[in-house]
Amino acid sequence: MAQVETAEAELLDALRAGQESAFTALVQQYQPSILRVARIYVQNPATAEEVAQETWVAVLDGLDRFEGRSSLKTWIFRILANIARTRAQRDGRSLPFSSFGEESGGPAVDPDRFAPAGERWAGHWKSYPERWDTVPEERLLGGEARRRVESAIRRLPPAQQQVVTLRDIEGWSAEEVCSALEISEANQRVLLHRARSKVRQALEAYLAQG
Amino acid sequence: MLLSEDLTCQELVELVTEYIEGSLLPEDRDRFEQHVVLCDGCAYYLEQMRTTIDVSGSLTEEAIAPEAQEDLLRVFRDWKAG
Repeated sequence: MAQVETAEAELLDALRAGQESAFTALVQQYQPSILRVARIYVQNPATAEEVAQETWVAVLDGLDRFEGRSSLKTWIFRILANIARTRAQRDGRSLPFSSFGEESGGPAVDPDRFAPAGERWAGHWKSYPERWDTVPEERLLGGEARRRVESAIRRLPPAQQQVVTLRDIEGWSAEEVCSALEISEANQRVLLHRARSKVRQALEAYLAQG
Repeated sequence: MLLSEDLTCQELVELVTEYIEGSLLPEDRDRFEQHVVLCDGCAYYLEQMRTTIDVSGSLTEEAIAPEAQEDLLRVFRDWKAG
């Protein structure tokens, strides 16, 4: 951890000193994630590029005020969230980000898949889910399965989409996501659970096609 | 939360994320694991969720377009020039 902090402090010094290589490194590290997150808010790819660029301008302008109380990454994505939200509102796409956690969830699995109340095995699988550990890897990680997963994620309500994008695609920790989105750990977990459950359903539907 | 002794499959699928996240209480984690050991359906389900996470993680990032990189370098140079 201390090493990360030192590396970050060095990067910040280089940026403030105007070193282009430091900025290029930062862009290469974060621009793909920034674009992915921006697209959750504004959808139009060209607008997302503009939001990304505005974010970098704001990051550079704010460098002197950045005190390192959060990680650089968290700080950058908070700036991005503010800019993207404002832009989405201006374009008439005001997403219900204020209602984090109030998005409808529904059960993770269709209740019909379980034996109904009153039966001896109430609440247990009527028939088991398929085994996926025997599915060939090419099929699971092949283009089509990934496309299905990507499109399932795009269809999620915004807050769920954002949490699963940051956690599972970008590989952020729960802590980082909570801090960037300013949500509680419990809220983060609920959103993640709903999102992953729906993505699993999409993958199941695809694999069931044989 | 303390799970009842007879955790059903329908209840278990709603706890999978908390299990994977490591946020269940130790007693609840034990009940979860005891169920999965005895129930192939839930073992397969847990495996499916882990696979789902892996597939999401494989959605590779597109590389930055050279033009975008150039645009951003211009932003940086403008900033540096004040």
